[in-house]
Amino acid sequence: MKYIDEFRRRDLALKLAGAIAAEVEPSRRYNLMEFCGGHTHAIFRYGVQDLMPGNVRFVHGPGCPVCVLPIARIDNAIELVERQGVILCTYADMLRVPASGRRSLMKARAGGGDVRMVYSTQDALRIARDNPGRQVVFFAIGFETTTPPTAVAIQQAQAEGLTNFSVFCNHVLTPPAIRAILETPREPDRGALAIDGILGPSHVSTVIGSRPYEPFAEAFGIPIVIAGFEPLDVMQSVRLLIRQLNQGRHAVENEYTRAVTRDGNPKAQALVAEVLELRETFEWRGLGWLPNSALRIKDSFADFDTERRFELTPSPEQDVKGCECPAILRGAKRPTDCKLFGKACTPENPMGACMVSSEGSCAAYWTYGRFRGESAA
Amino acid sequence: MCLAIPARVESIDPSNAMAQVSLDGVRKEISLALVDDVAVGDYVLIHVGYALNKISEEEAQQTLELFAEAGLLGAVN
Repeated sequence: MKYIDEFRRRDLALKLAGAIAAEVEPSRRYNLMEFCGGHTHAIFRYGVQDLMPGNVRFVHGPGCPVCVLPIARIDNAIELVERQGVILCTYADMLRVPASGRRSLMKARAGGGDVRMVYSTQDALRIARDNPGRQVVFFAIGFETTTPPTAVAIQQAQAEGLTNFSVFCNHVLTPPAIRAILETPREPDRGALAIDGILGPSHVSTVIGSRPYEPFAEAFGIPIVIAGFEPLDVMQSVRLLIRQLNQGRHAVENEYTRAVTRDGNPKAQALVAEVLELRETFEWRGLGWLPNSALRIKDSFADFDTERRFELTPSPEQDVKGCECPAILRGAKRPTDCKLFGKACTPENPMGACMVSSEGSCAAYWTYGRFRGESAA
Repeated sequence: MCLAIPARVESIDPSNAMAQVSLDGVRKEISLALVDDVAVGDYVLIHVGYALNKISEEEAQQTLELFAEAGLLGAVN
């Protein structure tokens, strides 16, 4: 496929590996956090870690929307299905995420709840049109990439007068999470590697642009390179980070220029701004409550806000005992540091969200890296 | 969740709201609500049924040239 195959070429990967090996300074440390789970999976799936010199290490970030959603919000979604009897439309990733008491949307469905997997917000609108007598809720999760399609659906529902449709909005923002990671003191004695550079988000950045990261590079003195999700993109971005570190620079650079500009997609940004606004605070699994880190539905679209349409009870949250998802999401621990990893917790029987999602670090380790020695991981 | 796939625009509805794209030979209908000025033959990034952005062929070529340049550097060592 065009724009995929040429960015996965083995011969070029080996050449890039050679260039990286030539450019690293052996005495220096290069701990690079890839923010996105998409990058974590590319690194493991294509063996990028094995092509790196020993002093280039990847620290896995929190960029997995399914993983950072607090259990309380999934409990709310299950409550909507079981107590309110709504048709709940959700992206596939959410179905198997463990909620309180080892429940999940999948189990709610098995128990007779009407949970439907959708590919697009357009599918959710269609289900609402086809079921005028039922309440249809779209369980909206995701970072800036996934937010504009939700905004489009809300606008469309209002224009069509689709009164049985609402959105349970859980959209979160990338920059506040990056800030939280950079502001949290690292605990080297507890295994948290210091971070020397950041591989910035690919498709989040197609929407928001590279500009929002500029204050972080400046304030924290850390180089940031926006990186595409293909393996050669990751390797080239590593090379750009190494170069900046060697030169003592800390700028935002963009490797993924075929899709990302400094200003992003203004049309998508405008649509989101019309329908959604900042929440004062929102809870992230692993990062806690972060100010101005999520979006809610504006008053002008209040009729389409699930949280105003239904009374949702705040759930007494029970995180799974022994699950290290929170520390793993901060990049403070690795999946193999978790006692449950590969034993009680596998993709077939997940205990934590990081093992469920196709962007979770635990899923990446399990699928591609579980037999790897810890020194290489 | 943030994954997006490049696809070629094969045709555009008269309303300009929807387009048909080809994903490795598989046809799919997607929304154009988030992008402007898309034409048949353009490549767009598809995410949850929406075109997120156009892909710049020129920029893609430049990136590939940078990889090739790394090859020269890598070969020296």
